Amino acid sequence: MIDEQAVEHVAKLARIALSKAEVKKFSKDLTGILNYMEILKEVKTDNVPETSQVTGLTNVMEEDKVRSARATREEMLNCSELPKDSDQVRVLPIL
Amino acid sequence: MSDLNKLTISEAAKGLKSKKFSSVELTEACLGAIKKGNKDLNAFITVTEKEALGMAKEADKKFASGEWGEGGENAPALAGLPAAIKDIINTKGVRTTCASPILKDFVPPYDATVIERLKANGLVMVGKTNLDEFACGGSTEHSCYGATRNPFDKERVSGGSSGGSAAAVAADMCVYALGTDTGGSIRQPASFCNVYGMKVTYGRVSRSGVTAMASSLDTVGTFGKSAEDIAHVLNVIVGKDVMDMTTPDREVPDYTKFIGKSVKGMKIGLPKEYFAEGVEDETKKIVMDRVKMYEKAGCKIKEVSLPSTKYAVAVYYIIMPAELSANLERFDGIRYGKKPKKDPKNLIDQYFQARGEGFGDEIKRRIMIGTYALSAGYYDAYYKKAQRVRTVIIREFDEIFKEVDVLMSPVSPFPAWKVNEMIDDPLAMYLADALTIPPSIAGLAAMSCPAGMLKNGLPVGLQIIAPQFEEGRILQFASAI
Repeated sequence: MIDEQAVEHVAKLARIALSKAEVKKFSKDLTGILNYMEILKEVKTDNVPETSQVTGLTNVMEEDKVRSARATREEMLNCSELPKDSDQVRVLPIL
Repeated sequence: MSDLNKLTISEAAKGLKSKKFSSVELTEACLGAIKKGNKDLNAFITVTEKEALGMAKEADKKFASGEWGEGGENAPALAGLPAAIKDIINTKGVRTTCASPILKDFVPPYDATVIERLKANGLVMVGKTNLDEFACGGSTEHSCYGATRNPFDKERVSGGSSGGSAAAVAADMCVYALGTDTGGSIRQPASFCNVYGMKVTYGRVSRSGVTAMASSLDTVGTFGKSAEDIAHVLNVIVGKDVMDMTTPDREVPDYTKFIGKSVKGMKIGLPKEYFAEGVEDETKKIVMDRVKMYEKAGCKIKEVSLPSTKYAVAVYYIIMPAELSANLERFDGIRYGKKPKKDPKNLIDQYFQARGEGFGDEIKRRIMIGTYALSAGYYDAYYKKAQRVRTVIIREFDEIFKEVDVLMSPVSPFPAWKVNEMIDDPLAMYLADALTIPPSIAGLAAMSCPAGMLKNGLPVGLQIIAPQFEEGRILQFASAI
């Protein structure tokens, strides 16, 4: 059961502001969805390794060569709506 | 010549080379279809009329100047052909929204690798197509621009998440289209809209410049009006890219060589779990009628079993949201994303507000499932367990492919549903992906091919699944009957 308090906790970890109505709705949705996941307990996986990727590739190396960037620093900075200062994005204080 | 927009890649390319019509005329025909139909279908978020005509003129110039040979015989197969691009693939100078409020005004400063490759082959881009926000959904209803409607019944969904691209090809608003497929997002809309849709092997096509959803599952693929069209597009977009480390340095075949190749004596497996309860009878019958045609063509049919199929949806809806929640961290209203409406108090308040305002319901739901599955105390029970069951599912496919060349099944257990019919039941919508998710989990190649029509006029798709890197084998089957 993912109660409203648990939803608020997860939303805090995910840095998402939720309205009261959203918290209520997501409590119901997440409870249903996560209950469904219990089905995985049926599968015996004691000696089964985890799969985190399916390429079969290991240690992909790249030539140590400078490539021209696809976008300039200025173009990348322009992706942000915040004010720019000294070639950087100006953000609010953390504290 | 009328109805130019209805031509396949091979037909249109022939017409351009023999100067029966120009790329501008072909592009105008597609833009005309968009003007006429997009209001009802809502397949496009952005129509790039001016850019398209500019690109078409450029192609016509190259045909005329002899740059591509006297009779255009050296022209790339896709030169001058209008295409639609899913709005999650970066296009330099053309806004790329991911159908999310948070990226409403985002104009990428560079092209995705697939777009670079298509441009080098004479791309004419007619527009950016609608999708479920950040490709999360199976109906294109989770778009901040509204649902894309099904060309066969406008009361119904187009499928998703690449619903706009599927509908655009089905309604002849373009010759071909690009989409992305993480758990069925090309195959299922292709099936709902009666077009061909190829999900490539994981890693076969570069994802550089495509907004990441679930990094161990995402693929970029294509929609077309014939199997041969799919082959032509794969010839351009497949291959290693230094910008995407998951693309192996592996030979790229000429995929058109597989078109029309005999399938006599080849073995088709029918996984009984893919025809089980929950799959509508009429859908099953249409798919089985296709299978019988393969039998007549000399294929051997064998019933097989993939017993862990029933766990695939649960595995997927843990791994995908976990990866998604990490990938979407970058949308914080600082580097990317809209500023909050109210002035934030401090940095952390800015994060909360920008993300609370900028993400739609389904994205919030999935980020929270993922965050929960990765959080302390739940990581082993959910994420690690799902990764282990993923291994079990992969092993079953490996074993089956020792016995058969391809697997065949329906793409979707039922046809396109009505808009809003399932919107309040996320779990039911997740379970609708039950037949497309397992090949995604194993990183296999799989394709949806038009199989026939239900009595109510809705299309059904046949799914052909092959081992990794065997896209050619799928095309061989898709073009054999």
